[in-house]
Amino acid sequence: MSSVPADVILPAPESVLNAHSIEEIEEWMTRFPDNQKQSAVLAALSIAQHQNQGWLSTELMDAVAAKLHMPPIAVYEVASFYSMFETTPVGRNCVAICTNISCMLMGSDTIVNHVENKYGIKLGDSTEDGRIYLKVEEECLAACSGGPMMQVNHVYHTNLTPESVDEILDALE
Amino acid sequence: MSDDTINLTVDGKSLTAKRGQMLIEVTDAAGIDVPRFCYHKKLSVAANCRMCLVEVEKAPKPLPACATPVMPDMVVRTASKIARDAQKGTMEFLLINHPLDCPICDQGGECELQDVAMGYGNGASQYTEGKRVVFDKYIGPLIATEMTRCIHCTRCVRFGEEIAGIRELGATGRGENVRIGTYIEKSVVSEVSGNVIDICPVGALTARPSRYTARSWELQQQPSVSPHDSVGSNVFVHMDGSTINRVIPRENESINEVWIADRDRFSYQGLNNQDRLQSPMVRVDGELQPCDWPTALSTAAKLLRAEGQDSSDLGVLVSPSITVEELYLTQKLARALGTNNVDHRLGQLDFSAQDSAPVMPWLGMQLNDLETLDAALLIGSNIRKDQPIAALRLRKSALKGGAISFINPRQFPLHFEASVSIATRYDNMVSELYCVARAAGADVGSMADAPQLDPNDQHQSIADSLQNGERAAVMLGNICVQHPAYAQLQYLANAVANATGATLGMLPERSNTAGAWLAGAVPHRAAGGNALSGSAAAGKNALQMLDEPMKAYLLVGCEIEFDAARPAYASKALDSADGVVAISAYMSEGLSRCADVVLPAATFTETFGTYVNATGAWQSAKGTTSPPGDARPAWKVFRVLAQELELDGFGFDSPEAVTKELQSHCGSVTLSNLATFDNVPAFYAPSSETLLRAGETPIYATDPIVRRSQPLQKSMDGKQAFAIMSQTQAATLSVADGDQVSVQQNGSAVSLPAKVDNSIPDGCVWVPTGLPETQALGELFGTIKVSKV
Ligand code: SF4
Ligand code: FES
Ligand code: FES
Repeated sequence: MSSVPADVILPAPESVLNAHSIEEIEEWMTRFPDNQKQSAVLAALSIAQHQNQGWLSTELMDAVAAKLHMPPIAVYEVASFYSMFETTPVGRNCVAICTNISCMLMGSDTIVNHVENKYGIKLGDSTEDGRIYLKVEEECLAACSGGPMMQVNHVYHTNLTPESVDEILDALE
Repeated sequence: MSDDTINLTVDGKSLTAKRGQMLIEVTDAAGIDVPRFCYHKKLSVAANCRMCLVEVEKAPKPLPACATPVMPDMVVRTASKIARDAQKGTMEFLLINHPLDCPICDQGGECELQDVAMGYGNGASQYTEGKRVVFDKYIGPLIATEMTRCIHCTRCVRFGEEIAGIRELGATGRGENVRIGTYIEKSVVSEVSGNVIDICPVGALTARPSRYTARSWELQQQPSVSPHDSVGSNVFVHMDGSTINRVIPRENESINEVWIADRDRFSYQGLNNQDRLQSPMVRVDGELQPCDWPTALSTAAKLLRAEGQDSSDLGVLVSPSITVEELYLTQKLARALGTNNVDHRLGQLDFSAQDSAPVMPWLGMQLNDLETLDAALLIGSNIRKDQPIAALRLRKSALKGGAISFINPRQFPLHFEASVSIATRYDNMVSELYCVARAAGADVGSMADAPQLDPNDQHQSIADSLQNGERAAVMLGNICVQHPAYAQLQYLANAVANATGATLGMLPERSNTAGAWLAGAVPHRAAGGNALSGSAAAGKNALQMLDEPMKAYLLVGCEIEFDAARPAYASKALDSADGVVAISAYMSEGLSRCADVVLPAATFTETFGTYVNATGAWQSAKGTTSPPGDARPAWKVFRVLAQELELDGFGFDSPEAVTKELQSHCGSVTLSNLATFDNVPAFYAPSSETLLRAGETPIYATDPIVRRSQPLQKSMDGKQAFAIMSQTQAATLSVADGDQVSVQQNGSAVSLPAKVDNSIPDGCVWVPTGLPETQALGELFGTIKVSKV
């Protein structure tokens, strides 16, 4: 209902979002009725996040707000609500170890400890070189039959052992 | 009993209610107390705090009263064991993360959380874990935040979205990490932002200016009326002993509902300014020196009736922001001195239609009618900043689908979607309105020199919306009054209203613009809109009095350098006068230069006075504080001054007696805005200049009190001294955003930072008036030169 307050000056979307992102966002916008383009906000944010090494700057969120004619605060609300959006800089490889009930029973604690010790960081932190982001995974990733498991850059790895984890992580750029 | 009415039982009492009402509305109306935090009668139902849980028979569990519609024969218990247990449980959870820092919290003593916790909370908490802490962000000079105290009721968020129409606060994060705030460090910009202070049920949002200065139970509350716009919002003034601690809204459904603008709320900070005059002053050896009243009065009397000075050599200028009693006395004194040179229309440029003007400008309807308009055309109006509370009502019309259109000299930031918004160079506004009139089929043929102009789709759409709307209005705003073609705009607005059947309305400029007309503070009419006595000729208007210097001036409550249409000429006129007598609450740079006698007067909250608002309502407020030092209420100043001048008719023994006398002149006043134009104004042709000045009097530059309120001046809306222009215009002038530019008009120049903003039409530069930075310039709408320095 409320659109961008006219007192708020937002960047031109094209000045922040690259041509590819704009194109993808516009494609998403075609999927919603004219007066409900805001529904594209989740897709738009993940597209924007993708363009920016995995995190959303205020500028990017403002650009999304401008693109979808939303008050910027409404975009900040969405971005800060969902765990798949990062609003502070994080390492370029997103490592999310599932710690939900099935994985926990299968020993996810050992995996978490192993990775924490390996890089000297805690869950939620990124390595100093910006290579690894050890994300706190909030929910079961629906691969319980293969627990313990983790998701690395959107790819699932199941039946983890400390050794297999080393192999996967060491291979990251 | 109509179908709509149902019966229900609450706590053993049988009540009737309307179908669809929420239970809490019914219990509230019946005086049954149900605790709540998130519910607010003016906001949507969020039902997120769960404090209002009550027992409803046949429901398996307690239900939130704020979100449970009443049903026929419902049986409700608000204080049964089930209800109480639910309420107490909710209370305990709400307090888990609350800091319980009441001893250092400004809300203490008037806190809904504190009150409800007294009734429903436990003496001790079972919760021993660490509490959540929220770090605050600065959101501007008006509102102080302590977000650790927030209970996430989202009233403030809903206020922004639903009432103010500008979403600035939000709930970011998830679960226990939810925070209410702006997310980024940013000042809130809404002109009604202060209302979140009142609706916040805890001490998370409090008034910054009065922070840590008093406890609510030490304050005395006095009803008053805000003197800053023609809404006349009802307020309570809260007094800490003899000083004003704060101002809050006083509910009045027909005027301001439960809201007030930030200007109404924080202006009081300008009252005890260092500029306040403490004693009378006279000029001795070129310097204004404090003196006693008798000296000041006798000097004033001598200057007002100096030897060799004809009564027509005196000009009397009065502010439309003072009380109607003071306005009445001012014109009465002028006329007793034998002159009709008296005017309150300080910022006006075009007076040619003054004889066709109705008795007073008025809205043409009640304020709540603004909520149900099907169509409206606002001409020259920044209603959101000029009459913020009226704008909130108009917004409701727009949200309901009303077609609200504008013809303005720029695009103003709105809090709703305009139907058609024509932003054009000011000199083109008449042409635009002319086209609307033609599209509406109005008879405008008698306008001399009218070119062949054909309406386009926009004009037609405005005309159609007015024609088809059952409830339609055409309104003239503040900018029209300052416009050089005011007469043409009035004439055409009149024509459009006549042709479409829309109601013609005025948004009076200041708190007592309407009152000033009634009081006779105009050169061509006496009090009550009556003809001048003895069919005397009309006196000079404000512009004439200042454009051609006069020998003597009496200034009442005004600051000419900010109020006048051509500040630069006005200052020159006053500087060259033989005698300038001022009755004023404040010293100003202008007075210190030109005044020969200054008589210190009481101002808002210090004296009884009446304001006539846009709907013609006379609203009086009592004096609640005493004026500083030797300052006196103006009605007493007039009494002694008249005595000194040996004039009869000023021996009032109370200000109420003045009101009575004025009312006796206003008995036969009928309100109307539709006028018959004896002389149809000629068409106003757009200028051929390539660069013009346009502007407005910004929201916090309207009267001497607001001009001195530091919190308002420091807020976003207080910072207006810019030369604003479009990208294209900036490029033409080779100016970039932030460059310092020299703005030249009528031989004077000022230097201002440039700001690029495409809401300004090409071919003009937006330079506001009423500001110290621009007081050396000429008229608001006129030719100008701008160059980079
Ligand atoms: S700041 Fe106040 S009004 Fe806003 S959500 Fe928190 S408690 Fe409610
Ligand atoms: S618990 Fe780990 S995938 Fe389900
Ligand atoms: S008042 Fe009903 S849930 Fe908050």
